[in-house]
Amino acid sequence: MRQVAIYGKGGIGKSTTTQNLTAGLAEMGKKIMIVGCDPKADSTRLILGGLAQKTVLDTLREEGDDIDLDLILKKGYGGIKGVESGGPEPGVGCAGRGIITSINLLEQLGAYDEDLDYVFYDVLGDVVCGGFAMPIREGKAQEIYIVCSGEMMALYAANNIAKGIQKYATTGGVRLGGLICNSRKVEGEEELVKAVAKEIGTQMIHFVPRDKAVQKAEINKKTVIDFSPQEAQADEYRALAKKVDENDMFVIPKPMPIERLEQILMEHGIMD
Amino acid sequence: MSVIREEVLDKYSAKVYKNRKEHVITVGEGNPDVVSANTRAIPGIITQRGCCFAGCKGVVLGPIKDAVIIVHGPIGCAFYTWGTRRHKAIADERKGEKADSYLEYCFSTDMQEADIVFGGEKKLKKAIIEAMDIIKPKAIFICSTCPVGLIGDDIHAVAKWAEEEYGIKCIGFSCEGYKGVSQSAGHHIANNQLIRHIIGTGDKEPVSKYSVNILGEYNIGGDGWEVEKLLKRCGIEVISIFTGGSSYRDIKNAHLADLNLVQCHRSINYVADMMYDKYGTDWLKINFIGIESCKESLRAIGEYFGDIELKARIEEVIADEIGNIFEELTYLKSKLKGKTAALYVGGSRSHHYQLLLKDFGIRTVLAGYEFAHRDDYEGRTVIPEIKPDADTKNIESITVEPDPKFYKVFLSEEQKNILKEKGILLNDYPGMIQDMDEGAIICDDLNHFETEEFLKVLKPDIFFSGIKDKFVIQKSGFLSRQLHSYDYSGPYAGFTGSVIFGNDLLMGLSTPAWSYIHAPWKSNPCLEARLEVEEYA
Ligand SMILES: Nc1ncnc2c1ncn2[C@@H]1O[C@H](COP(=O)(O)OP(=O)(O)OP(=O)(O)O)[C@@H](O)[C@H]1O
Ligand SMILES: [Mg+2]
Repeated sequence: MRQVAIYGKGGIGKSTTTQNLTAGLAEMGKKIMIVGCDPKADSTRLILGGLAQKTVLDTLREEGDDIDLDLILKKGYGGIKGVESGGPEPGVGCAGRGIITSINLLEQLGAYDEDLDYVFYDVLGDVVCGGFAMPIREGKAQEIYIVCSGEMMALYAANNIAKGIQKYATTGGVRLGGLICNSRKVEGEEELVKAVAKEIGTQMIHFVPRDKAVQKAEINKKTVIDFSPQEAQADEYRALAKKVDENDMFVIPKPMPIERLEQILMEHGIMD
Repeated sequence: MSVIREEVLDKYSAKVYKNRKEHVITVGEGNPDVVSANTRAIPGIITQRGCCFAGCKGVVLGPIKDAVIIVHGPIGCAFYTWGTRRHKAIADERKGEKADSYLEYCFSTDMQEADIVFGGEKKLKKAIIEAMDIIKPKAIFICSTCPVGLIGDDIHAVAKWAEEEYGIKCIGFSCEGYKGVSQSAGHHIANNQLIRHIIGTGDKEPVSKYSVNILGEYNIGGDGWEVEKLLKRCGIEVISIFTGGSSYRDIKNAHLADLNLVQCHRSINYVADMMYDKYGTDWLKINFIGIESCKESLRAIGEYFGDIELKARIEEVIADEIGNIFEELTYLKSKLKGKTAALYVGGSRSHHYQLLLKDFGIRTVLAGYEFAHRDDYEGRTVIPEIKPDADTKNIESITVEPDPKFYKVFLSEEQKNILKEKGILLNDYPGMIQDMDEGAIICDDLNHFETEEFLKVLKPDIFFSGIKDKFVIQKSGFLSRQLHSYDYSGPYAGFTGSVIFGNDLLMGLSTPAWSYIHAPWKSNPCLEARLEVEEYA
């Protein structure tokens, strides 16, 4: 079982990319579970066709510890299982602690089926506190992909996340599998992201173009592969899925000082 | 004499030694003597300190009997600060107003994992509703524990809601355990809220000519009652006690008293200071532990009010009290004279009890505070010199303005000068060091290791401290008496209390059971081993 965590700046396309990527892996016959680690609970919407199922934490709150796995774990496109941690409304409680509670509970409930080929963790925004690093701590995700674009703040966040990974990589076994460039149609984007990846010591595993097909599928609560399998964009996600499946470059990242990042951005003409 | 310090601190690494040596001094060696205090404990050292929550809920608020104190957090913090400190109280019924005692109850929201994740405000509200349904207290205090600070529950908003909903007094105390370096931070937080929300809200005028508040008296083993009795005998009315055996209902009238008497300087000096600024109430550092101290304190109060009749009454009371205990006192002195003592207590008792010991002819060879600041050692004149560090800046410090309605000046500057000439310090505390003999050791923020080392080097007859190190001391074969809880005894305050204290000491010294017990491994090795591998032999 490969456990993969997807990180990246808020709104960069983590949830969209994760679901389209897993749809591609499912097409290849892989057995997959997606664990949404975001109080918004929108990590499995495209796979399950809506925001239907109850979150782990809501169920925990209402039912106590006696939880039926079927209540929270639903099957969707391609047999992919989806579960949402959920969490408090914005501004109260502790969402990070919620992630920890939720993942521990999933383990106890036996959600981590031996038959699974992949478990994907779709984590919210930045690594803001210990709770959100839960998926990359000992025994959980071993590989990480950072979704980014050629925009400065996306790369800044990527570098920051690399710091978090580095911390846990030295104690646990977690490794960085690469950067996924989710294009924002910035000039020279591919080269820039490749340069940053190289500096961090990793690869840009795939360049996902920006395409209206994504939003169209999204409105229909579906992934591109599910909704419009003939579209070119569907092939992009299939390509990404293949690369992830065959990936053998797993590194302890070398995050760079902010000055160096700015220098690279300058070289690629982003900061003039 | 600092040889003793070198001996005790010898085992430390250079870095730890460098820190600790500033906390351990020999009286008379410095010019002046300076003690580093109120700094972070060193990780790994078994310090005897408590946390901010302990200082706020456990010490200052806990004894207030008619307030329901809801501990917002998982159950441990509430349970372990419940009924362990021996602050006694009686539910009294006074004309019309109810003053139940809720000290026998333990109130907590008992937060669970889901409350941490989703926030605990709802559960807190529910707890208040329950308290109002069942008990209907006049006041509810909410005390935050660590996780509440981490997840940011707004206890003050909930308190405001409760006040509007029920028309009661409801106050939030953000006294999360991790704040500050010791329980001292919690005292400050409690003091701030008392002056902000309670003192000054009552209107019950004193009925006697002279009235006082007793600040920093927690009625351990009934001490506060003893002191109150003594003052009443002299014709002095006690408006409120902060906070032993006391009530919310009394504390709100504190601003109507003529004078504040400060027993424990550390835990309550903020209220004393702020009441001086806000209501013009002077404070007098008194000490009702020890016979000479009691006399001095009563006389100082007499001088403050400057009433010949009152002074005469005080002399009568002193003579009578002494008369009652004289025989026993003489006997105890004859038995206890010449002994030596070490004291390690909170933030004022180590000073007070030295004076009582002196009454019996017992010499103090070591004294220290858990959570004192430099002024508790060196006197308040040192306050301007203390550089606030990040830890202290983290604790809110408030300033108050003179109250337009209640501010009054009791003594003119001229009268104050006359008092000064008589050696009576107003609104000041000279600290512990000035009452200590040259050559005695002071040790701030002591720990188990140093306790054992000091026992070896100084071999005192008695070591006074608390539950956290009591057994370290006993097992080393020394007499240990707890000055936090009085080992189920007391009261120790006042004249009669002194005799009870003396008897307890004598009883302990006459039954030195622990010194007869020797751990077998101290004389014979208990482990035997043999090296199996030939070439290592
Ligand atoms: N390749 C793409 N082409 C076009 N639109 C895209 C693409 N990738 C993502 N989007 C759009 O970007 C929006 C944000 O994406 P998404 O919700 O996946 O971001 P996220 O990183 O998961 O955000 P959050 O940090 O809030 O969880 C979505 O509405 C999605 O349709
Ligand atoms: Mg998302």
